[in-house]
Amino acid sequence: MSYLYYPGCSLKSTGRAYEESMLAVFEHLQLPLEELEDWNCCGATAYMAISELKAFALSARNFALAEKQAGGAGEINMVVPCAACYLGLNKAYRYLKEHADLQKTILKALKAAGLSYSDHLRIRHPLDILANDISPDRIKEAVSRPLEGLKVACYYGCQIVRPYADFDDQHEPVIMDKLLRLLGAEVVDWPLKTRCCGGSLTGTVEDVGLRLSYILLKEAKKRGCDVIATACPLCQFNLECYQSQIGRKYGNGNDIAVAYFTQLMGAAFGIAEHDLGLQRLFVPLHLQGTGDKVTGGQYVSR
Amino acid sequence: MEKWKGWRKMRYEAELDPDFSREIASIPGGDQLYSCIQCGTCSGMCPLSPNMDYTPRQIIAMIRAGFKGDVLSSYTTWLCASCYSCTVECPKEIKITDIMYAAKRLAIREKVHPKRFPTPVLAREFFRSVEKNGRSTESRLLVNLYLRTNPFKMFKQTGLGLKLWMKGRLGIRKESIKRTGELRKIFKVLETEHMVKTKDQLARQEEVSS
Repeated sequence: MSYLYYPGCSLKSTGRAYEESMLAVFEHLQLPLEELEDWNCCGATAYMAISELKAFALSARNFALAEKQAGGAGEINMVVPCAACYLGLNKAYRYLKEHADLQKTILKALKAAGLSYSDHLRIRHPLDILANDISPDRIKEAVSRPLEGLKVACYYGCQIVRPYADFDDQHEPVIMDKLLRLLGAEVVDWPLKTRCCGGSLTGTVEDVGLRLSYILLKEAKKRGCDVIATACPLCQFNLECYQSQIGRKYGNGNDIAVAYFTQLMGAAFGIAEHDLGLQRLFVPLHLQGTGDKVTGGQYVSR
Repeated sequence: MEKWKGWRKMRYEAELDPDFSREIASIPGGDQLYSCIQCGTCSGMCPLSPNMDYTPRQIIAMIRAGFKGDVLSSYTTWLCASCYSCTVECPKEIKITDIMYAAKRLAIREKVHPKRFPTPVLAREFFRSVEKNGRSTESRLLVNLYLRTNPFKMFKQTGLGLKLWMKGRLGIRKESIKRTGELRKIFKVLETEHMVKTKDQLARQEEVSS
């Protein structure tokens, strides 16, 4: 089974570490990935507030490109790591399937550009693939530096599991917990798994956004965790890059590492820290048990 | 003397717009709006409701009653972070997040959204960039946002921007797809169509079908 990789805008800029670590982990597990050629914006969140039809058309163009690139090879798996893109594409795919008149309009628009798509595409999140397409044993086998003693809070963020995903429970997702336990990490009990981090509000209505991120950080700290594992570039950005601002405002220290779950997986697999983008983190990640201290801070050239 | 804040804004029947709920309900699955039992689960689940001028439950009730002006000019829809917790928890399976989106789009089209509030500005800038290049460039998006809302804030955030750049996490180069012509052709077909129908469009649609 091969996978088509849809990066989305974030994974090429603020979320670069996510892309690097995900590609490294997929390669390590011998899952072949191919980037979708000439992909465009998924049309999520901010875009949908202006025109939903155009947002759906943007998603549909990606579907058409994917089918073209896969060359009609049975079922196509599109890997979408960004939570907002995952939700946007998944929503569009379902809506177009369920509402015939909507699909007609969008197909008409695609036709004007010489594109079309049928429906043998599956929009998948890397969490879904790593937990369901390969056996737990294979992940266990790949672990060479278990994350023993590392206390992790698994933070799914709001948009991965609800409301259109079907790979995990919408209220109490467990897939990342299971995955990280396989790596030897200690997963703390953490009820804020899917609570909103503030999304883009942190950049727009700062007072409101920062408070939401603060609630998450405070609770993580209270439960004594060393690192928050995320699966969304915006969640990671909010929780990590605004940590010092939040600290200044609420008097909460800024010392909790926030890493992508793929970075933690890669670290457990013994992949070099530079290949996982660990040097891009603002708050350095301390991997206990291995004696390693992964530091941030050095200049990274593009 | 400061005015006592206890008085609620009053509306007379004649000020309401009875067609408003039909406009919002014109989105796919929007009919569910009428099955709302006003239980308040959405407001309870919403992490932003303490910051909103009307809670999600109130917004649904106001849409159904026809408080068009108040709903479209409120901050509520623009504070919605689309985390979908209301949609997931609603016992009547109302797509509340989508209704918020419908209200946002109608507010933008009728130009009644709160002026200079950063979220509609962000949405518009994002839209503009994607319309032109097919992708958004995060750094440019933020600069445009601050220029149009609060230029002072840009200076406040320079430190963060610099730090991101040092870590290789902020590109300055403009992102774009190669075949922008394809997008333009697609958009041209959709230019005149909208999922949220305005009152006039609804009336016209009815004429055609009858």
